[in-house]
Amino acid sequence: MSLLQMFSFPFIQRALIAGVLVSLCAALLGVPLVLKRYSMIGDGLSHVSFGALAVAVALGVTPLYFSIPVVTAAAFLLLRVADSPRWNSDAAIAVVSASALALGVLVISKTSGMTTDVDNYMFGSVLAMSKADVALSVLLCAAVLALFVLFYHRIFAVTFDESFSRATGLRVERYNALLAILTALTIVLGMRMMGAMLISSLVIFPALTAMRLFRSFRGVTLCAAVTSVACFCAGLTVSFACSTPVGATVVAANLAAFLLACGGAVLRGRR
Amino acid sequence: MGNADLIVCRDVSLGYEGQEVLSHLNLRIGGGDYLCVVGDNGSGKSTLLRGLLGLLPPLAGEICRAPELESGAVGYLPQQTQAQRDFPATVEEVVLSGFLNRRGLRFFYTAAEKSQALMNLGKLGVLELRNQSYRRLSGGQQQRVLLARALCAASRLLILDEPVTGLDPAAAQDLYKTLNYLNRREGMAVVMVTHDLRPALRDAGTVLHIGRRGVFLGTPAEYLASPEGRRFREVAE
Repeated sequence: MSLLQMFSFPFIQRALIAGVLVSLCAALLGVPLVLKRYSMIGDGLSHVSFGALAVAVALGVTPLYFSIPVVTAAAFLLLRVADSPRWNSDAAIAVVSASALALGVLVISKTSGMTTDVDNYMFGSVLAMSKADVALSVLLCAAVLALFVLFYHRIFAVTFDESFSRATGLRVERYNALLAILTALTIVLGMRMMGAMLISSLVIFPALTAMRLFRSFRGVTLCAAVTSVACFCAGLTVSFACSTPVGATVVAANLAAFLLACGGAVLRGRR
Repeated sequence: MGNADLIVCRDVSLGYEGQEVLSHLNLRIGGGDYLCVVGDNGSGKSTLLRGLLGLLPPLAGEICRAPELESGAVGYLPQQTQAQRDFPATVEEVVLSGFLNRRGLRFFYTAAEKSQALMNLGKLGVLELRNQSYRRLSGGQQQRVLLARALCAASRLLILDEPVTGLDPAAAQDLYKTLNYLNRREGMAVVMVTHDLRPALRDAGTVLHIGRRGVFLGTPAEYLASPEGRRFREVAE
């Protein structure tokens, strides 16, 4: 079977559309998150979304409608914790992650039993994207792109220097909250396909890769978006050709891109 | 509040969650003033700056800020954070972000702002670095770039929070010279928190010492004669 034939399957088409859009959003949001040292929040949120998904399935509610508010609330909580001087923030995030994961596993074991469901939630499945998921991905992606373009300079200012932005009258909290909501949405949409354990790499890897190669914020943002989409497409194709899980394959592609970028940066430094 | 006054504090108490850090402070910052804020760690210097910037409402008393500070913004030079030192951004991107103030919801920079940004870089002698990456600059150059950004935000008042932290003595000296120039030649009012007493006593018109027992406000000469400042006399010589 040739590779082009893979696009004739409706489930692959859906995975491709939703995946490209989610990886684009994740990469754009990832740049400020990584630069603000909030990478752990992305990871924490993916664990929370796993717990929320398990509970939603047990209650018989549509997973997305349940997960989105829960994960958004968790995003606000984690932002608060990360910014609060009173908390040991990485410990707090680790505790929230582990608790959400444990809750999810407990709920699943009491309802459907530890079947392939858990495996799918943890490590993703290419079959997971429904038509509704695709429609929501398109909407979300449009929102993220619009906000990012319109508020690009403000996002830069708030990411670079919160104190200065506050002093010049920007509502820093609003931009942080906006980032948190959009990140939560991206993670909820992406985790079905990528898996709860792996989705946070979509947020973190492209930004890291781009930071090795570019020196301006604009360059890093654009490069992260392109890298992320390219890695997703490569990962999906390889996963189809070699019958490997899509989430892990995409992460492997991102890792390869990151290592290449590191190599490129070293070579450029030597020259 | 007079015409030339930028900020007037009347019997101001500042603090967090009802806990007073600073109390009963009277302070007047006029156009072209040079005020150095000195004092022990934890005495409330940064709290005072947050109050002057309008980020922390006073627990008691009032802080009047001139209308131009409310509509435009104050040029603020905060302490650098660790995350900033390796931030991927060009110098131009950093400086332009100084224009994002309260002037409303605009999404892009105008050509006038771009040329103003280049002018401010030139004023601080770092124009040739404009396409360089911020993280590749030396500490002194980074501080100049941040000062250029502060100049983009305001034309009459600069507020600086320990600007020479982490700079080598030569770079610190350069920074003080630049501040002096801006103050004398351009009539820029300067409020600076510093641990470095020498420039405070040499350049500043007024010294504000915040101690655990109270505050002292006066000229450098008065400060050296006061009980708070007496021990620093050797520094000044």
